[in-house]
Amino acid sequence: MFGKLSLDAIPFHEPIIMVTLAGVGVVGLALIAAITRFGKWGYLWKEWFTSVDHKRIGVMYIIVALVMLLRGFADALMMRTQLALATNGHLGVLPPEHYDQIFTAHGVIMIIFMAMPFMTGLMNIVVPLQIGARDVAFPFLNSLSFWLLVAAAALVNVSLGVGEFARTGWVAYPPLAELAYSPGVGVDYYTWALQIAGVGTTLTAINFLVTVIKMRAPGMKWMQMPIFTWTCTWANVLIVASFPILTGALALLSLDRYMDFHFFTNDGGGNAMMYINLFWAWGHPEVYILVLPAFGVFSEVISTFTGKRLFGYASMVWASGAITVLSFLVWLHHFFTMGSGANVNAFFGIATMIIAVPTGVKLFNWLFTIYRGRLHFTAPVMWTLGFMVTFSIGGMTGVLMSVPGADFVLHNSLFLIAHFHNTIIGGAVFGYLAGFSFWFPKAFGFKLNEKLGKAAFWFWQSGFYFAFVPLYILGFMGMTRRLNHTNNPDWTPWLYLACVGAVLILLGIACQLLQLYVSLRDREKNEDVSGDPWNGHTLEWSTSSPPPFYNFATLPVVHDIDAFTDMKEKGIAYARPACYEPIHMPKNTSAGIFIAAFVGVAGFAAIWHIWWLAVIGLIGVVASFLVRAYDDDVDYYVQPDEIERIESAHLKKIAKQA
Amino acid sequence: MINRKHPTIARGLALAFVAVLAGCHGGILDPKGQVAADEKSLIITATVLMMLVVVPVIVMTLAFAWKYRASNTNATYTPKWAHSHKIEAIVWLVPCVIIVFLAILAWKTTHRLDPYRPLDSDKKPVTIEAVSLNWKWVFIYPDLHIATVNQIAFPVDVPVNFKITSGSVMNSFFIPQLGGQIYAMTGMMTRLHLIANEAGSYDGLSSNYSGAGFSGMHFKAIATRTPAEFDAWVKQVREKSSRTLDAAAFDALSKPSENHPVEYFSSVTPDLFTTILNRYMSNHMVMRAPGKPGQLADLKSGTCTPVAKE
Repeated sequence: MFGKLSLDAIPFHEPIIMVTLAGVGVVGLALIAAITRFGKWGYLWKEWFTSVDHKRIGVMYIIVALVMLLRGFADALMMRTQLALATNGHLGVLPPEHYDQIFTAHGVIMIIFMAMPFMTGLMNIVVPLQIGARDVAFPFLNSLSFWLLVAAAALVNVSLGVGEFARTGWVAYPPLAELAYSPGVGVDYYTWALQIAGVGTTLTAINFLVTVIKMRAPGMKWMQMPIFTWTCTWANVLIVASFPILTGALALLSLDRYMDFHFFTNDGGGNAMMYINLFWAWGHPEVYILVLPAFGVFSEVISTFTGKRLFGYASMVWASGAITVLSFLVWLHHFFTMGSGANVNAFFGIATMIIAVPTGVKLFNWLFTIYRGRLHFTAPVMWTLGFMVTFSIGGMTGVLMSVPGADFVLHNSLFLIAHFHNTIIGGAVFGYLAGFSFWFPKAFGFKLNEKLGKAAFWFWQSGFYFAFVPLYILGFMGMTRRLNHTNNPDWTPWLYLACVGAVLILLGIACQLLQLYVSLRDREKNEDVSGDPWNGHTLEWSTSSPPPFYNFATLPVVHDIDAFTDMKEKGIAYARPACYEPIHMPKNTSAGIFIAAFVGVAGFAAIWHIWWLAVIGLIGVVASFLVRAYDDDVDYYVQPDEIERIESAHLKKIAKQA
Repeated sequence: MINRKHPTIARGLALAFVAVLAGCHGGILDPKGQVAADEKSLIITATVLMMLVVVPVIVMTLAFAWKYRASNTNATYTPKWAHSHKIEAIVWLVPCVIIVFLAILAWKTTHRLDPYRPLDSDKKPVTIEAVSLNWKWVFIYPDLHIATVNQIAFPVDVPVNFKITSGSVMNSFFIPQLGGQIYAMTGMMTRLHLIANEAGSYDGLSSNYSGAGFSGMHFKAIATRTPAEFDAWVKQVREKSSRTLDAAAFDALSKPSENHPVEYFSSVTPDLFTTILNRYMSNHMVMRAPGKPGQLADLKSGTCTPVAKE
């Protein structure tokens, strides 16, 4: 009846998990009680959950990202604590069967459920505004993508209390991930969560590609698109080209596990090397999917806060394009040690190094944007400068490992761990956090507290060095990754230091939570009245903060890369048009929630082999899709008098402030 | 003031770096064989080469940010200046030049340090066949007809030719102080050529996560001071044990175990390694013991001879 699922699946014997679950339960109940108490369910459902507004979907993406950041960071803290305790013959507090799930979950969550949604959230909020569009090309599809991500994230979190998560590392290499060596449901949670999130990501990328192709404001040529939009576009090209590879590889792995196929098994002619190649043919582009939009954020931040045009815009665009193409030619550097010949290894090593050229160009372009500018040291700028220093080091260690002869001793060591955290934290995450404080006023109408923002930066920055420089050194000392305990007195002090670093980052996160609270409390004092708090260059700053749901009362006409600066200089910013025209807008819909919920149910059922429930889930997906497909009542017109009212209120506010 | 500060910082960094390197005994920066020594010097050369770009970038970042701070109204401000052919040419060229040098270095060293390339030596190499199991290493000396678990020995200055495979999941065979690693994969044989130039007992490990007992998957690689000492070790293996590593013994070893103790086998079924390799290969259904998936069939039936096509 319930497939593999029974009461034994709940880890009652694991005190750490049970306490966590109890904590999550209490917080969840408190949240539900509070929403009920203040009668906010209707508001949340109508204004947020069913919203197809790209700005609200973007905000919800970032909320999911922040929640998952806390979850993924809790995993990181547990790992660092375990490794600080389990030295010199001690075994620590986490036995392998638990610890191995934690490092797998940490990797999966941080990449798929923290970084990806954070990046997608920023893209959602900013890209349509930057190109002067009123929404994305397919607003309902956008909502569906988001709820698919939620369904996938829910599966990962359910695995904490029902069953287990994969114990394979986030790459889930077979044959370890095959049924013969991982008979539990952990790997199935992994594959279904990644598949569902992956479908959402692919749909988002298609959606945004169509949006930038078809919906740029009148006059905006390709080479006038804001740089953040450009980097997101390159990332979307990468998603569309690479995610199907992951989908395929995981589907083959699932066929092995569910239907006794032999793609990657030891026996029956299977070959695990195939999976490893396919995984990284997705996995390497994936890191550029994460970091390219962050590069875009830094470009916007630096040019805005120096009050200067971005240096070498065309170079930036083509450098991002070069990275996009090259990122598909380097996957083998993740396994030089597989025994390919020297020619193959050298080819992939050199292809990898070549990526350093466009990346280096970007760094120089940021430098020359600062050159002869007027740099204001705001929180987003701090993140950017921190990135430029930290990422240079991460790039250097990356190029070092692209030399096969060096990689033979550094592969799989803690040096590698330090390297990719160096680029993902120092590159992608710093970028998202810069973007978060940069565009926060745009999304919410008030600025974040500057002091706490800077405190958060310093904790993150110092915590990063304390946590990962020791890992570089431990890598040199021959410590390999994914160890549960160590027995080498030389390593111990560095493991302690790394743990201190994790605690510093924890303080950074605490500052950010406090910053959100303080900023919300003081929102009236820090209100962004004009909608242009930083004297911005691009169109998103031409709207009110938060922008009206239709974004632009009249579509802006673009003549320059820095379209809004151009308008301000010509004195046509904030101009009131002679009359307003009706605006065609999509209606909110709950179809995305229902489809994703049924997908989640089907996924859960497939994980536990509850086939009748899987069938119900699939029928639900198709049925709710059909209901949506036959719904003709999906759009409406905003009438000129309503637009007039909203626009006048905003212009009056600006005039009053002036 | 800045001029006076810089040498202090540089000296401090250099001291810290030396201190760190000195602390690295036992790691890859403390090589005890030619391969590892070459790999270490490659790491240092490549790092120094890259520092030529990275250090100026970091210094420029901090210097530019300070000089062009908003409060410094004396600095030039050119809000529309966004393009310069000269600068753009330089920023594309400088990384290109460094990468050309690195690429040449990479091409040459990749061939010289290819794990599959036999080492140049006038001494006859020792051949060791290594099999990773959950969670231990089985070693076979095909020429000496002995086998061990979690311990190997070889004379100093004699090349060691490893043939590596796995009997379960993927692992990576790695002796950090002797040089690079290579994956151990089921049904496939990889090769690794190492040499020890200093006698000692070195840590060996799997560096590719392979499941619950992975952390305890260590072995010792003993480089003996003389060939005679090595012969004594071989003799000790033969004397301490009277067991044969045959199909049954191998199947017993295949059962998962953690922190497995060192074991010796005084003899080995001939071609056991080939049999392990071929276990999952063509004709795999025949080679599996009936009803016992993953276990070896009777080894005496010559499973490694290709079956003639009819």
